[in-house]
Amino acid sequence: MVHLVDALLMAVIILNFVALGSSRIRSSVRVVGMQGVILGTLPLIVHHTVTWRGVVVAMLAVLLKGLVIPKMLEAGLHPSRAPREARPFVGFISSLLLGAVGTGLALLFAQTLPLAQAHTGLLLVPASLCNVMTGFWILTTRRTAIAHVLGILVLENGVFTFGLLLLDAMPELVEAGVLLDVFVGVFLMGILLKHIDRELSEVDIAAEPMTILREE
Amino acid sequence: MLIALLILPLLAAVAAFVLPSDRWRAYLVPLGGALHFLVLAPLVVGPTVTSSGNWLVFDPLGKLVLSAISVLYLVCSFFVPGYLAHYNHRPNRFFVMAMLGFLSATSLVILAHHLGLMWVAMEATTLITAPLIYFNRNVKSLEATWKYLLICSVGIALALLGSFFLAYASIKNGLPSSLLFEDLVKMAPQLSRPWLHAAFALLLVGYGTKMGLAPMHTWKPDAYGEAPGIVGALLAGGLSNCGFIALLRVLRISQAGGDGAYAHEAMIAMGLVSMVFAAVFMVRQNDIKRMLAYSSVEHMGILVLGVGLGGEAIYGALLHLMNNAATKGVMFLAAANMHRTYGSKQIADIKGVLHRLPVSGALFIAGFFAITGSPPFGPFVSLFTILGQMMKSGRFFVAGLFLALLGVVFIGMGASVLAIVQGRPTALASASPDREKLWSTAPMVVLLAFVLVLGFYIPAPLQHLLEQGTAMLEVTR
Repeated sequence: MVHLVDALLMAVIILNFVALGSSRIRSSVRVVGMQGVILGTLPLIVHHTVTWRGVVVAMLAVLLKGLVIPKMLEAGLHPSRAPREARPFVGFISSLLLGAVGTGLALLFAQTLPLAQAHTGLLLVPASLCNVMTGFWILTTRRTAIAHVLGILVLENGVFTFGLLLLDAMPELVEAGVLLDVFVGVFLMGILLKHIDRELSEVDIAAEPMTILREE
Repeated sequence: MLIALLILPLLAAVAAFVLPSDRWRAYLVPLGGALHFLVLAPLVVGPTVTSSGNWLVFDPLGKLVLSAISVLYLVCSFFVPGYLAHYNHRPNRFFVMAMLGFLSATSLVILAHHLGLMWVAMEATTLITAPLIYFNRNVKSLEATWKYLLICSVGIALALLGSFFLAYASIKNGLPSSLLFEDLVKMAPQLSRPWLHAAFALLLVGYGTKMGLAPMHTWKPDAYGEAPGIVGALLAGGLSNCGFIALLRVLRISQAGGDGAYAHEAMIAMGLVSMVFAAVFMVRQNDIKRMLAYSSVEHMGILVLGVGLGGEAIYGALLHLMNNAATKGVMFLAAANMHRTYGSKQIADIKGVLHRLPVSGALFIAGFFAITGSPPFGPFVSLFTILGQMMKSGRFFVAGLFLALLGVVFIGMGASVLAIVQGRPTALASASPDREKLWSTAPMVVLLAFVLVLGFYIPAPLQHLLEQGTAMLEVTR
């Protein structure tokens, strides 16, 4: 069981690298969706006793993270518009290298954390740290609105991963994490991206940041 | 009865959804505010009320914050029907529903005594305020809403991670799994200290984002700048305080866990940084609403600074919360009136407010003196109390910086305020048919009277609550 969990978490970490290195927004959306599917199924594997409640939460998480949110994001990507992150503040190669360094540090750092006996040696904590850092990196170095949403999703996947440690004792907190998805998914992207699309028809949201409001 | 505080505004929101008339719908906001206040008032003066299961508790800290919000909301709500009638070409269904939902969601944040429930409620407040900020439906307000949601979602995600850490602090040491605040405070000495430490840092950043503490305040000038003035008043005097009380709840756990010293220093540092950022951006600010947003950053900084200092400064901070909420109400409503008449919120475009809008102009000046801590208004008393504690505890450097920053803000804000109230009104403003009416001025008068009274006299029930609230946050240092 532990091997399966670790293998899946390894996949999550590798997907972070794909997200860091790819300039095509569409593939980044897919990557984040795949991460969501893996993380959504993990509660069922990690959980010691499978309950109806657990199954419903896992299914909801997979549905939201893996299907609904990526579909909504892709719907926001107009085929006529630039499908690429054109000018990130930090290049893709540098981002990848920094990602590798960050992953190494996360693995080292997680070993020094005072974890409960049952949780030592698991990849859950380093994977969570990696995702949080990758999420912040994407948020700060990309310019487009969609990339920012992706950054939040990756960050949120990291938070969700840490929550898996609490699954047995406090399932309700992990469920709150799924609510965060509903929030980001439905409201931030579903509603607001549509408005942005309508309002800024002359400006391409996939290429231009929103920078009217600033201190002069 | 606690449930009624959550349900009544929601029922009014349902009524707003059903009601077909835009004109009558607007009156549901004062109705909802009045019902909320009527249920709240007896609960505030009564003993601490607890719902079954201890998930909702109305304790002295909650009473202070929720009564500040309820009063501010009720007074400001009388502004809403007139305001919406002025913009009668715009549908107001979602605006009214969101206004009422705001009252319910903020009440839940304050009543919730469960780590997870409070987090969910905080998320709900973020959602419900987004349509309020986007009311003007233009490119600028869209960008402001986007930034608000984006930055607050990062904040809320970090707050969730912090909550996870806090929960892990109890699991790590094999404690019973409870997320109720009272249980966590009781168990705090046995919590795993490193996780508690990290949890506080994340929750300070997460809920600090919601409060608008620097450097996570960047959404604030945009959101307050583009939202209608009435929404600005409720965000500055209501929503920011929700973030503050969430922080206080977590602080109590940290203090009980023996990690208070670090938490206090972190709050002092964060408070001073917020004051510095606010002072820098308030000097030569050319937009009145953005100026008020930075003022909000400054005063949120003062609140956490006061609590971090401890002793009498906690009392000062809690009193300042009341003063700040009411004064921000005055200033945002005055700014809304100017924005409407002058068709601009740029300081360069607004001249001669005392001439064109005498009541709003006079109250804006009074509000400026109040918020910058001039006697005889309430903030003078609360700021002076905080300063007194700095002197008493020998923090002379902090006191010096505090006074210097208040001075910079006074001069920076004063220059802008004088520039807009003096002179002759612009041709555009003189031609505008907009006149001061009872609905647009009376709420400001009431709020300013409240701030003035607090400068001279603190009613006994409020005094009692302030003392109880201070006692909850006071630890021997």
